[in-house]
Amino acid sequence: MLDKNGIAKRIAKEVQNGYYVNLGIGIPTLVANFVRDDIEVEFQSENGVLGMGPFPFEGEEDADLINAGKQTITTLDGASFFDSATSFSMIRGQHVHLTILGAMEVAENGDIANWKIPGYMVKGMGGAMDLVASAENIIVAMMHTNKKGDSKLLKRCSLPLTGVACVKKIVTNLAVLEVTKDGFKLLERAPGISVETIQQATEGYLIVEGVVPEMKL
Amino acid sequence: MINKHVADVKEALKGVSNGMTLMLGGFGLCGIPENAISELVYMDVKELTCISNNAGVDDFGLGLLLQKHQIKKMISSYVGENDEFERQMLSGELDVELIPQGTLAERCRAAQAGFPAIYTPAGYGTEVAEGKETREFDGKMYVLEKAFKADFSFVKAWKGDAAGNLIFKGTARNFNPNMCGAATITVAEVEELVPVGALDPNQIHIPGIFVQRIFQGKDYEKRIEKRTLRQKS
Repeated sequence: MLDKNGIAKRIAKEVQNGYYVNLGIGIPTLVANFVRDDIEVEFQSENGVLGMGPFPFEGEEDADLINAGKQTITTLDGASFFDSATSFSMIRGQHVHLTILGAMEVAENGDIANWKIPGYMVKGMGGAMDLVASAENIIVAMMHTNKKGDSKLLKRCSLPLTGVACVKKIVTNLAVLEVTKDGFKLLERAPGISVETIQQATEGYLIVEGVVPEMKL
Repeated sequence: MINKHVADVKEALKGVSNGMTLMLGGFGLCGIPENAISELVYMDVKELTCISNNAGVDDFGLGLLLQKHQIKKMISSYVGENDEFERQMLSGELDVELIPQGTLAERCRAAQAGFPAIYTPAGYGTEVAEGKETREFDGKMYVLEKAFKADFSFVKAWKGDAAGNLIFKGTARNFNPNMCGAATITVAEVEELVPVGALDPNQIHIPGIFVQRIFQGKDYEKRIEKRTLRQKS
């Protein structure tokens, strides 16, 4: 079974040369640590920066320089700042190639829910609805099951939706899955995890074809 | 040069009254109009509708207005990090309209640019689109979102001059430029008010035409919400 860094490491392999990438809060943020250094990639943060660098060293932090998770950051050479409307022009206009975000639930048709638990937790959607409605390529990074052990890969989402039929790929602590018109297609297993374990943890329709390879990290 | 300079925050906020709709720039605590918020608390205006991406934290930013129950309605995209906000929202004391962040930005920009409404794909098929007009363009569905109407817009810039020209710094830019000229009166507070002519016209982010009042802000705290550091290896 993968830990959060393992999930991030596997997703980093999806990042290709020349990509502009938007990383969500949580596991997606970790992806930046594992992207190969022989390719050129720029990270966009929707609060208004392209060319985001690592966290600052102590004493170098700047209140005017944060990411969408409100953490202090640095910029790399070639970076740029812009206003929020311009930022979402990059997103809505499909200039950002890849969006990686977390989710509470994903349905077998690609629906995603990640912004609200009615009556209990309402933090808001932030930029997630714009991102999922527009991005050509959306990868969800999440645990396969919630804290109670219930599957987060469902036939239908039970929580209010963030977007409809938009998720393309999911990387969890157990597996890599592709959203197809027929359901979740199992592409890879996490090291040491059996197809049966993944099947048990998946409420939505799981498609298993032939021998499913183990992830290479 | 048309002079927009006003002496202080009190003069800048003249005319703000109960029940008004206000736009406030900032993302989290980054780039918020600290002076205007302090003055709103001091003026004790109530029943406000605030359009702002976030609602501050419990003891800073718009959280200060929430503590004093000055806000009737918030229009935001993300309101985590504020327990008092969540409590007022869940108890029904505070009316909250949560909208996608890009939609928030574009509804400001539409007001600034003279568009009555815009179509966006964000939120289609979700509760955000309920009761709104939708339309298909080239096989994809979009939601009609209206431009905001606001009485005052409060923005914070890094540098500015008496003509109202503004330059922002880093990610403190965020919603501030989009809110300039998006309300009846735009009030800009700046860290550094420079003499007219000192700013290079090539480098100006917001031309003074979008700003009605500008003043030199003071005592900026510029609080960092999540100081995250890298270890020296």
